[in-house]
Amino acid sequence: MTDWPILSLVTFLPLLGALFALVPRGDEAVVARNVRSIALLTTGATFVLSLLIWINFDSSTADFQFVEERAWLGDTIHFRMGVDGISMLFVILTAFLMPFCILASWEAIQKRVREYMIAFLLLETLMIGVFCALDLVLFYLFFEGALIPMFLIIGVWGGARKIYASFKFFLYTLVGSLLMLLAMITIYIHAGTTSIPELLTGDHFAAGLQKWMWLAFFASFAVKMPMWPVHTWLPDAHVEAPTAGSVILAGVLLKMGGYGFLRFSLPMFPVASDYFAPLVFALSVIAVIYTSLVALMQQDMKKLIAYSSVAHMGFVTLGLFVMNPQGVEGGIFQMLSHGIVSGALFLCVGVVYDRLHTREIERYGGLVNNMPRYALVFMIFTMASVGLPGTSGFVGEFLVLAGLFQVDTVVTALAATGLVLGAAYMLWLYRKVIFGDLSKDDLKRMLDLSLREKLIFAPLIAVVFWMGIFPGAFLDVMHVSVDNLLHNYDTAIAAHEAGRPAVAEGAHP
Amino acid sequence: MTEVPALLPALPEIILAVGALALLMLGVFSGEKSLRTVSALAVLLLLAAVAAVLPGYHDTVVTFGGMFVSDSFGGFCKILILIGSAISIIISVDYLERENLKRFEYPVLIVLATLGMLMMVSSNDLIALYIGLETQSLALYVMAAFSRDSARSTEAGLKYFVLGALSSGMLLYGSSLIYGYTGGTSFEQIAAAVSGDGPVPIGVLLGLVFVLSGLAFKVSAVPFHMWTPDVYEGAPTPVTAFFAVAPKIAAMALFTRTMFGAFPEIADEWQQILVFLSIASMIVGAVFAIVQTNIKRLMAYSSIGHVGYALMGLAAASPDGVKAVLIYLAIYLAMNVGAFALIIAMRRKDGATESIADLSGLSQSRPAMAFALAVFMFSLAGIPPLAGFFGKFYVFIAAIESDLTYLAVIGALASTVSAFYYLRIVKIMYFDEPAAPFDVHPGKGIVAVALTSAAITMLFAFPVIVSRVQAIAGTAAQSLFQ
Repeated sequence: MTDWPILSLVTFLPLLGALFALVPRGDEAVVARNVRSIALLTTGATFVLSLLIWINFDSSTADFQFVEERAWLGDTIHFRMGVDGISMLFVILTAFLMPFCILASWEAIQKRVREYMIAFLLLETLMIGVFCALDLVLFYLFFEGALIPMFLIIGVWGGARKIYASFKFFLYTLVGSLLMLLAMITIYIHAGTTSIPELLTGDHFAAGLQKWMWLAFFASFAVKMPMWPVHTWLPDAHVEAPTAGSVILAGVLLKMGGYGFLRFSLPMFPVASDYFAPLVFALSVIAVIYTSLVALMQQDMKKLIAYSSVAHMGFVTLGLFVMNPQGVEGGIFQMLSHGIVSGALFLCVGVVYDRLHTREIERYGGLVNNMPRYALVFMIFTMASVGLPGTSGFVGEFLVLAGLFQVDTVVTALAATGLVLGAAYMLWLYRKVIFGDLSKDDLKRMLDLSLREKLIFAPLIAVVFWMGIFPGAFLDVMHVSVDNLLHNYDTAIAAHEAGRPAVAEGAHP
Repeated sequence: MTEVPALLPALPEIILAVGALALLMLGVFSGEKSLRTVSALAVLLLLAAVAAVLPGYHDTVVTFGGMFVSDSFGGFCKILILIGSAISIIISVDYLERENLKRFEYPVLIVLATLGMLMMVSSNDLIALYIGLETQSLALYVMAAFSRDSARSTEAGLKYFVLGALSSGMLLYGSSLIYGYTGGTSFEQIAAAVSGDGPVPIGVLLGLVFVLSGLAFKVSAVPFHMWTPDVYEGAPTPVTAFFAVAPKIAAMALFTRTMFGAFPEIADEWQQILVFLSIASMIVGAVFAIVQTNIKRLMAYSSIGHVGYALMGLAAASPDGVKAVLIYLAIYLAMNVGAFALIIAMRRKDGATESIADLSGLSQSRPAMAFALAVFMFSLAGIPPLAGFFGKFYVFIAAIESDLTYLAVIGALASTVSAFYYLRIVKIMYFDEPAAPFDVHPGKGIVAVALTSAAITMLFAFPVIVSRVQAIAGTAAQSLFQ
């Protein structure tokens, strides 16, 4: 079992599916039906296969597992894959969300179905690749390559302002990524290797250089995350993307930023991370409070959830940069939870959007009367988003705040107000859409969840409660890896503090 | 007692020279209808020249009294040039027949221009350099004006000729200054005279600047780029396709050879000029392309931008820099012949079109063509995992290694700007409503070329391709530093 290149299989299986999707011939309806089935089968199989990773995962070691290495670009840059406790769960998350995206697009997407499904399968390969890659160049390849299918998904199947949104998404991300590329090349030249495991061990970079590199990586991850003030592409992209595109955007693409911090910024540039942590805290707190206020003012359901994503991601960055076990594990947990919950919320919006073709909050009201099941589903995810104990949202936010409290009480207090505001806008949204009088005629004609929709939501709800009631299953997996990360970080900081007098006067470039 | 020089190292050039004359005879005796025959034979001739390059590929040989050098750097560039020229002929024939340009001189001119390019690549002496350059340029001037009944084409030819003559003049003047101050025309003599001990004579520096200007004109680097958009737009599309590929590669190779052959010791002096040329080209190429509505003009600015990136590799002034330039040129060739093959295929019942708006909704009327063009656009923008990314990647590595990080940063930012206009083409093809569809039959040659280069562009990240290309380019670059 272990000699199988299972990570490559999971990564490239969707690509294979995309090639298969080119095969069906015949009239448009037949092609669409076959291609949908191919996509669903492929993503389903990928998910099952990805579970094998989890089952065979050894959570007692911080080393990378299922490692593969092949020659690729010359002597140093190799094709390296592997997962540890931090990245493994993101692989599962991606593979888990994908079948729902395909199902959510089953009826919503009617034109150019083949191209749509191919774009999604391609995107899945690239996203899983990001979390499995153990080589800088390979990581960059996947990280940046994901722009192409996402650009097309927003641009071709998006809403009214799709062109603006797709360009904004692409160019924002590209600027950041290219700076990161240059930093990666600098790493390659200074450290003589592009292997991530090698770079994670040992002190490769002088403090001055670390700061520049940290900033270059920050440019990329902050945009991707997205952090205030470079978050503005996200609401546009979310609003214009088709439902499944929003799910992937919120569920996985945003996590690449947080994963990037964990994989690169914190372990490779510890001194710079320590130095810039106040900056990250400030930006995150602003994000939590400011975007929550902005979310309160939204007329558009998707935009509201998009802003809430920015706020939730603010909690993640807070957690990651406090650098204690609670904070980091809380940050990771919050990312996983947010991946499921916000994905599900976008799917909820998709349900009513498919029926009424508007996302304007004012147009809805009183849906509890004729769509009781939908009201229940929406409520569960609203509560999870707010962070009600028992749901997945609570664990992450609680851990982050607990970690943060040990470092800075003021920041904790400010961040906690974000929770209150979060409850305010989510409950407001819920009240507007679900409660009130069912007065509009077209709303009265809307049907409750179909079987397909129930099938989508049932597993998501199960996972939300599973993560909320029994978070240990997830925390145990990441525990050793996080401890290792923190240990290396503390050692590097201590070494730097001890060595400071010696290198104070320009001893390093 | 005169000795007969060793002819074997120049076998590819000899094959082309003799073959071009034979083709000319064939064409003259069989008239206009022989375009297809002559074209097919010209392609074979170019492939024969590729075969002639291969046996001596790994040896460095100097012949013709030190004027001509054959090494693997030259071999690498020659193979690229020959392939580029052969493909240019393949994708042109259908167009020429349909546009009433059915003249057998076309492939003959390409072969003659290619001959000049091969001589440029192999030149080891200022005189050989000039002869090669002029052999190439004269053929190119005629080609630009090939559609002689069209005012635009004639204008393009004339403009190219006048500005080209000016740049040749500058080059020649610079050469004479260098000769005057170093006492030699061969690269070895010049390199020995300016060995970097003590101050460099001002005359040599002045000459260097003039030579650089002349060469910058030939690669269309900013600020010597003014002719490029006009000539690209005015010339018949297949000619533009040819201009964009083979002569660019030849000129970049010549540029590299001259800098490292004649002035290796004063790299500091020319490096700063190259840095400026590179920055200016990247920025102008990226910014001015945004407002273009004609796809040929857009590709002209795109090529200016790409020259900027190639020059960045040269400005690094290191073996890795040369390697990056060679990889860049190989990838540039693959992307551009494919893109131009598709641009040639842009035609409707009432003739060829060149406006970007005509691509509207191409993804619905001609999905395969739109997909291939989208692949080229993403690749030109440098998005991984497509080939274009690796070109930029190696150039950036070379620049950062040589402490030119600021140059790499500017390159990265310029490439974001350029991504905008490449994306605009994708947007027009994929997001906009369809315009009237193009003709269904672009011709077998065009389809084959477009498919092959799209496949190369997409599959470049596969270990077998990318590791081979960079290893071959690495050894080729090394041969320049022996």
